Amino acid sequence: MACFIVPAAEAAVTTIIQKAIKRSEANSDHESTDNKIRLSEKLKWLNGMLWGGSGLLAFEHLWHGEISPFFPFLTAANDPAETVKMLHEMATSGSAMAILVTAVWGVLAVAADKIIGSEKTEKSKAGAAA
Amino acid sequence: MTLLITMIAAAVSTVKWYTSSKARELKIGVLLYMFWGASLMWLVDGAAQYLEVGAGYFTPSAKDMLNDTFLGMAVIALALVVWIVYLLIKDPSNLLKETLLNKKNRS
Repeated sequence: MACFIVPAAEAAVTTIIQKAIKRSEANSDHESTDNKIRLSEKLKWLNGMLWGGSGLLAFEHLWHGEISPFFPFLTAANDPAETVKMLHEMATSGSAMAILVTAVWGVLAVAADKIIGSEKTEKSKAGAAA
Repeated sequence: MTLLITMIAAAVSTVKWYTSSKARELKIGVLLYMFWGASLMWLVDGAAQYLEVGAGYFTPSAKDMLNDTFLGMAVIALALVVWIVYLLIKDPSNLLKETLLNKKNRS
């Protein structure tokens, strides 16, 4: 009904956070990213998945006639009983979608740091052996 | 069916991204974000439907399957259009810019 709104709202928040972090990373002089990918870069992945996913889901809702080009834009919002169902779906499915995408992103971010970390260790070992 | 088609598209674009430097240069990562994001979200949707209707989820009617297949194809087409627009805006190999400049110089 309108489950995509929850990940889209999360995407809006994480995009603002990413921009702020990117700015602070650019301003800070110290290089703290030796063994890790920058947080702003990782947040870019999350933003991409959230915006991309919710965009395609919005298209699906348009396909099924659940979104209209006119106010209130969500067809379920025209009927109070349907609105309750829509809000319930947003709270359950929508939240679960946002949590799953964020969890997958979290795993990806940790895995990426581990890969970078192991690469650095291998290089330093090779350097010590030479 | 939409979930299945989107997941296949996500897997294919991931393989392409991994194996081809040209694809990476052409910003194929945008497709990865869209397809994987949508796949994860539709996975939740599918799980919710499975909890609601049980095994019946795996035996949709022919009409529903056809409509979902059509939707899946439309989703892929939309994602490709978004990717192409993004590619033309970013213009990583400056091809569009050069072509437009050539046209301008010729006229």
